[in-house]
Amino acid sequence: MAATTAHKPEVRTPERKTERSAGWSRRAPLMPALVFAIIVTQVPMLLTLWYSLRSWNLVRPGSDQFVGLANYVDVLSDSTFRSAAWHTALLTGGCVVISLLIGLGLALLLDRQFVGRGVVRTLLITPFLIMPVASALLWKYMMFDPIYGLINFVLGPFGLGRTDWITQFPLTSIVIALVWQWTPFMMLLLLAGLGAQPKDVLEAASVDGATRRQTFAFVTLPHLRRYIELSVLLGAIYVVNTFDQVYMMTQGGPGTASANLPFYIYQRAFLGFDVGQAAAMGVVVVIGTIIVATFALRLIFKSFDVEET
Amino acid sequence: MTTLSKPGARRWGNVGSLGLTTLTWLVGLLFFFPVLWMVITGFKQEVDASTDTPKVIFAPTLEQFAGVFGSGFWPYLLNSVFTTLTSTLLVLVLAVPAAYALSIRPVTKTRDVLFFFISTKMLPVVAVILPLYVITQEIGLLDHVWALVILYTAMNLPIAVWMLRSFMLEVPGEVLEAAEVDGADLSQSFRNVLLPMITPGIAATGLICVIFAWNEFFFAVNLTAARAGTVPVFLVSFITSEGLFFAQLSAAATMAALPVVIAGWVAQKQLVRGLSMGAIK
Repeated sequence: MAATTAHKPEVRTPERKTERSAGWSRRAPLMPALVFAIIVTQVPMLLTLWYSLRSWNLVRPGSDQFVGLANYVDVLSDSTFRSAAWHTALLTGGCVVISLLIGLGLALLLDRQFVGRGVVRTLLITPFLIMPVASALLWKYMMFDPIYGLINFVLGPFGLGRTDWITQFPLTSIVIALVWQWTPFMMLLLLAGLGAQPKDVLEAASVDGATRRQTFAFVTLPHLRRYIELSVLLGAIYVVNTFDQVYMMTQGGPGTASANLPFYIYQRAFLGFDVGQAAAMGVVVVIGTIIVATFALRLIFKSFDVEET
Repeated sequence: MTTLSKPGARRWGNVGSLGLTTLTWLVGLLFFFPVLWMVITGFKQEVDASTDTPKVIFAPTLEQFAGVFGSGFWPYLLNSVFTTLTSTLLVLVLAVPAAYALSIRPVTKTRDVLFFFISTKMLPVVAVILPLYVITQEIGLLDHVWALVILYTAMNLPIAVWMLRSFMLEVPGEVLEAAEVDGADLSQSFRNVLLPMITPGIAATGLICVIFAWNEFFFAVNLTAARAGTVPVFLVSFITSEGLFFAQLSAAATMAALPVVIAGWVAQKQLVRGLSMGAIK
């Protein structure tokens, strides 16, 4: 952490005055960004809290009234909400774990000198750069389409050529599309971690007669731990909010079989016009996020501390 | 490899190394293949695109790309360009001074402010979409590009602050002290000494913001329609209105994705830093 200069309270007034104006000259460049961020992010959040205490359905005029915590009771007893929460956990967990493992493998493969390393790296990061809406379309139609899709064409010789992936395995299909998108993210972060390994330690291990596997298990992996934690947490923060792929590939269906929380709340808000309930769901999700995020933030700060000292 | 120190292992090492290189290339191509397939399909006629056995040999045509522009792509493209560039510019204008106040002449509560910025990034956007809808409607910004500009600025601001701060922390303190000794005041040393040194960092931050703003869909689909819709919104309306045409869909998706793919390739070296919000260099 950069040393923050502590302002000691001064006794004599003239000096305290200059001290205070010095503090403001320090704060001034920060203020526009801070005020902007507070207004744009916190005002809507307060409104969400307010809406969540009201029964307000846009298609029923005059329904707007204070109902206290009734929306929360409804939300917590809503089985679709619970299944959406479960789907969110499955999508996030599945995507993060699988892309982390593949990403680690790819990072290890790329952490060598070979012909065309830059080109392969460029090819590998491309899925992450593709607009998620475009990538969802690409997977839904070009890959998973039961008749024209490439997946069924490849699986055809094995007698699996007529699977309707999106309908039969909606969550798995979404996870596959997500893993494709997020593996490069994991790979890039872990590759940076591998590159930051102190070379003398690796040499020492090899001089001491450690095998490649031993070096990986006892030198590389412990070193990577911080990078793995950071990749998992940052990846999870992004993936937990996945909306594009669910919206484009399955619309949460069949039924609600693949609806995650972002999609379900969107549905209740913009298709069901149930403002109160959708807001209450939002608040519940925020509380859940805060619990996870407190842990995540501590870790990111820890990473910074290590990085700067 | 450092572990191959035994002389007898050298030859097998070479074979193994070649094998690993081949494997790496194959996996790289496998990951890239869906993108390649999308681009190739965009150059096909519809009859060549919808076949039981995928066609590899066909007469390429630009018909589909022309067709996309013919079905109203331009306004959406312009909206995307405007929202992306304007929001990125706004982010930088706000974030550069903020990062300065959190690194070079730090305020007392630097840690808390950084904590606040990043916590807004963790807020699930779906929780605030309804109030945002109501507010934008009230102030007449519904289906208006400025609604997206403001939201994208807020969305990218935390990343930019953190990332720029990590660049500023790398500037050696002696350089700035030397400027001060030479009699430069704060704004002079900021403009003449610091700014040139962090220009690459500003460029990298800008590119990261461009990537996220261009690809954003959730705000766009909920707060805009025909007037202020961006490219991802076009893609959605495109499939629902045109039915399912594989080749034209591919052409549209290719064009939608292209600008960011190029930006990302260019910013490759800085991508890690942006994605980890400056925590990893």
